[in-house]
Amino acid sequence: MSGMTILIAAIVFWLAAWYANTRLASVRARTPAVANAINLAIPFLFGAALLALWEGFTRGFEVPTVLLPPPSMIWDRIVNSVPVLWADFRQTYLKAVLAGYAMGCGAGFIVAVLVDRSPFLKAGIMPVGNLISALPIIGIAPIMVMWFGFDWPSKAAVVVAMTFFPMLVNTVAGLAAAGHMERDLMRTYASDYWQTLFKLRLPAAMPFIFNALKINSTLALIGAIVAEFFGTPIVGMGFRISAEVGRMNVDMVWAEIFVAALAGSLSYGLIALIERSVTFWHPSNRNRGL
Amino acid sequence: MKRVAPIFTVVAAIIAIWYVAAVFLNAPFERDQAERAGRPIAFSEILQRTMVQERPILPAPHQVAAELWDTTVTKKITSKRSLVYHAWITLSATLLGFVMGTVLGIVLAVGIVHSSVLDKSLMPWIITSQTIPILAIAPMIIVVLSSVGVTGLLPKALISTYLSFFPVAVGMVKGLRSPEAMHLDLMKTYSASRSNVFWKLRVPASMPYLFTSMKVAVAASLVGAIVGELPTGAVAGLGARLLAGSYYGQTVQIWSALFAAAIMAALLVTLIGMLGTWVNRRMGVRPEAAR
Repeated sequence: MSGMTILIAAIVFWLAAWYANTRLASVRARTPAVANAINLAIPFLFGAALLALWEGFTRGFEVPTVLLPPPSMIWDRIVNSVPVLWADFRQTYLKAVLAGYAMGCGAGFIVAVLVDRSPFLKAGIMPVGNLISALPIIGIAPIMVMWFGFDWPSKAAVVVAMTFFPMLVNTVAGLAAAGHMERDLMRTYASDYWQTLFKLRLPAAMPFIFNALKINSTLALIGAIVAEFFGTPIVGMGFRISAEVGRMNVDMVWAEIFVAALAGSLSYGLIALIERSVTFWHPSNRNRGL
Repeated sequence: MKRVAPIFTVVAAIIAIWYVAAVFLNAPFERDQAERAGRPIAFSEILQRTMVQERPILPAPHQVAAELWDTTVTKKITSKRSLVYHAWITLSATLLGFVMGTVLGIVLAVGIVHSSVLDKSLMPWIITSQTIPILAIAPMIIVVLSSVGVTGLLPKALISTYLSFFPVAVGMVKGLRSPEAMHLDLMKTYSASRSNVFWKLRVPASMPYLFTSMKVAVAASLVGAIVGELPTGAVAGLGARLLAGSYYGQTVQIWSALFAAAIMAALLVTLIGMLGTWVNRRMGVRPEAAR
């Protein structure tokens, strides 16, 4: 097929998908299952149309692959270099991101529970924590590389610093979320601090904590990848991206981006799933499926 | 006073911990130096020297403050050694990206609120777009755009745009949908047109949401601009200062660039917060809803 036919086919596909989506969106579903299927189908069609347009434009106008490779070429590259991608994924995600994420979120959580006991500390730490979570913490990456060396611990350190404050601020806010009525009820049961904490206040704080976990899952991946721009061993997603950009192997860069996007979306989805089962009582989950 | 005292205590504690950490981290170097010179070194001497090292592992707070003062006030603004010059370059990219991102976010939100097709097809992808670590693509965007001849401000601003449109779009969708059914019904009894409902009810009601998300967006676009400066080979900007500092081991320079970025972020967020309070008051938002 010549480039122009592909372009025309892509545009036709896009129009068809658009029309189908308009029709689908106006369908009134009778059962929840059908509604769910429609709500999945619409974004899926939209994504497919986007990919088709991308493929069509890059081939139709013969865009140089250095600028923007077509999706089919990126897919070829992904399939052909699975071992490299896996090694990078292991270095960046399984080592740096997971370790840093666990330490940062854990430390933020523990400090929040400790701080919560003293109103004075809380009044001091909350504004400072809010300010720091708005700062470009990612800038400490060069310092961490200097302190902890080129391998994954320095990346994990950046991730710890980036995830700590969102977790701290959200947990402190969440611990204040339990209502006065419920707290008074716990007191009438003569429950001590720990019982109130574990049976009432922590469950009530869960929506906030999961909010922080979700924010942090994206932040952690960004932190680890950007930290690798400042110095790495010769493996890792950030290293691969900066190295292949230099060699103008743009399809490899896109393959890494695909892996990063997949890892990011999957971890976000996983956290969202756990959240739904932990905070089943929350109004935003109770209204689901009606 | 009641609110200031705890904050002051926490800040003072952080600075104290910083000083202790600086002594602790920089002491091995001094001990090493003394051992090589073959003379004993007293703790008081170590203490003194760790405060004034040329390339410390962790510079003491006053060293950073001195460097900040030195590179902002005593240097000419046009000089390449002036932090004001670098901060301005980063700030201009940040602001351009922030404005483009805000406009894009608002346009998307208006589309999503008014069309159910857009709502169902765009919204999931907007959320997915943020699980992609865009900062990771930043170097490629810069390199690719510069190979087609687009250089300077725009590539960095595009990264800021990508980072800042998301909070604005999500916040605005929430805000434009925030009017209660009662108010919407009232507008219907006035036989208000769709554009009337939009301009007189939805837009004013969405203002608190808009400004809350703009605060997040401006911080994000600053991060985008800084990271956007990394791959350009450290020419100018705060990100370039970070990179150059890390190449040459100039820790004081890294820390001062970091603080300049932090101060800028704090100023931008405060500025938008103030603007938000003013607009909210003009739009007649009740104070408790304006949080």
